[in-house]
Amino acid sequence: MAAVSTTVAASLMLTGCGSDNNLHGMSVPTGPVNCGGKSDLTAEGSTAQQNAIALFNKDWAQLCPDKQLAYNPTGSGAGREQFIAAHVDFAGSDSPLSHDQLDPAAKRCNGNPAWHLPMVFGPVAVAYHLDGVKQLVVNADVLAQIFSGGIYNWNDPAIVALNPGVALPDRKISPIYRSDSSGTTDNFQKYLAAAAPKSWTRGTGSEFQGGVGEGAQKSAGVIQAVQSTPGAIGYVEKGFADQSGVPYAQINDGSGAVALSDDAARKAIDSATFAGVGNDLKLNLKSLYRTKAAGAYPLVLATYEIVCSKGYDPATTAAVKSLLSVAADNAQSGLPAAGYVALPDKFKHRLLAAINAIR
Amino acid sequence: MTTPNPADAGSGEVVAAASVEPTATRSLPWGNGKRGRGDRLFHGLSEGSGVLIVVLIAAIGVFLLVRAIPALARDKENFFTYGGNWVTTNTSAMHFGIFDLLQVTVFAALFALILAMPVALGIAIFLAQYSPRRITGPLAYLVDLLAAVPSIIYGVWGLYVLAPRLRPIATWLNEHLGWFFLFATGNASVSGGGTIFTAGIVLAVMILPIITAVTREVFIKTPQSHIEAALALGATRWEVVKTTVLPFGRSGYISGAMLGLGRALGETVALLIILRGTQAAFGWSLFDGGYTFATKIAATASEFNNQYKAGAYIAAGLVLFLLTFVVNAMARAAVAGKDTR
Repeated sequence: MAAVSTTVAASLMLTGCGSDNNLHGMSVPTGPVNCGGKSDLTAEGSTAQQNAIALFNKDWAQLCPDKQLAYNPTGSGAGREQFIAAHVDFAGSDSPLSHDQLDPAAKRCNGNPAWHLPMVFGPVAVAYHLDGVKQLVVNADVLAQIFSGGIYNWNDPAIVALNPGVALPDRKISPIYRSDSSGTTDNFQKYLAAAAPKSWTRGTGSEFQGGVGEGAQKSAGVIQAVQSTPGAIGYVEKGFADQSGVPYAQINDGSGAVALSDDAARKAIDSATFAGVGNDLKLNLKSLYRTKAAGAYPLVLATYEIVCSKGYDPATTAAVKSLLSVAADNAQSGLPAAGYVALPDKFKHRLLAAINAIR
Repeated sequence: MTTPNPADAGSGEVVAAASVEPTATRSLPWGNGKRGRGDRLFHGLSEGSGVLIVVLIAAIGVFLLVRAIPALARDKENFFTYGGNWVTTNTSAMHFGIFDLLQVTVFAALFALILAMPVALGIAIFLAQYSPRRITGPLAYLVDLLAAVPSIIYGVWGLYVLAPRLRPIATWLNEHLGWFFLFATGNASVSGGGTIFTAGIVLAVMILPIITAVTREVFIKTPQSHIEAALALGATRWEVVKTTVLPFGRSGYISGAMLGLGRALGETVALLIILRGTQAAFGWSLFDGGYTFATKIAATASEFNNQYKAGAYIAAGLVLFLLTFVVNAMARAAVAGKDTR
């Protein structure tokens, strides 16, 4: 028994030592964490959220002993299906419920609407492979043309114009896209459609529609493809790009070239507005992707937790609220290290209000 | 080591006897009274197993067909000639077809077969005729071991280890022989390595043990009397192989190759990892990427939200099922054809 508690203490210390800002908002809790409800929650969905959820789960278990969330990262589509089928308590999804999923979701919540809570934001990096080019600037229009075949050489005047003084090689561009159905692709295409509507006319959706390029499986596959193909450019979650050391481009959508950083992504999130009513915090993605805020990096993957606004049994309600408030508040400071963006304050308070409104 | 092992002398006769026997057994009437309970039980069991496999295959076929039809009815394209991007999320206007899948599947499998067949033949002849007896066992075991490597390992190895090493060869072929359609610039980048060129080589390694094992087993059964006769006529080792082993084992070799082809057609995970998805049409270049039937289904399997979307992929699966069926039938025909000769 003594040995066990020593191990636990040691592991707690290790987590604490990981980085100074790490043992999270726990030092300044906004209020006592309510640990009511059942001890085992289940959720399913987006792989993009997987690491964030793991972090939420860890912090939840630390703050509320014996609590545990089992998250099954099978993809956003599967998550929404499983939520509607009432097989899991909530869904993690990169895209909101589709129009014809709203009614079944309400039925699953005993006649109450399901809410979208944008809890996890992941910046998407535009990774490239150009030997000798340390810094590359692109914009939505150039990206849209690259990923639809309009621009196919690195020394294209449109790219040169964005990169004065950079020696761009005369090399064919190999656009790399995610060949599996993914929220990253969906958000990337939505970004192109919102920010470069003239150049991106191919539509959106979780499958790539560009008509050119090579598809790779999952984020790791995209990274592998970019790394192994000279002249490649691909979109991938920042966390994966950071881990592999692949360089990624800056985006200049009119208010100067912005490198992808947590602050830059947070600025873009801060300028986003909601499309949902009341506490359904479905985002108006156009406000995010077309942001003109200075220093904002607009290419951000927004992912939701989809929960019932009402209609869970009381034990589940309490547990869901407990978990989500830990996630939205206490666990936020650990997110950047995992490749996500910590929520801006204004946003966080809006989320907490919505979580508290779950009945 | 030059003279044949006397211990094998009888094997030829056994084989010869076995090939005559079936006509004799089959002519025995089944329902001939006087059967004990064990007899009836065994008869029932074996007959049941035979029927079961037929029912099972038929059930798979019917299942695939039943699930495919509703999706096919909503397909706005010609299922057999459409090769573009699949649009299956909007179930009222679906766009899917197998044109590219069929071509990529057959092309990759044939390329693998062409690479693997000569090597497998060489290994089988070596194991059956040339190798010292003491190392034949371990060598055969090693080849069989190739079949035990999980295909995910082959896929990762192919993409991360083999593809970078193949890059100089692939680039050279593309630059110097690019005028020939097989080496023309395809819809996946040559240097990236996610091409049928890489995939085919990995597939060849994967089907090698299957072809080798079957071929070796048949070659070993070459009647010793034939070999001795050839040797007695002064044949060299190569002439022995040419005049006795190859004619005797040809049907085994072909059926082994067909088994390998069946494996290559259905291989999923390795190809899913290696082959890049593509947006442009397939053009019969080794430097094309694309999807085979199996990888297309596997890539999307986690997103089968409704029966129509699933049905579209099941329809592709049905075609693969039929394709494998045809290949197996061809293998049967090839073996049967050689046997009667």
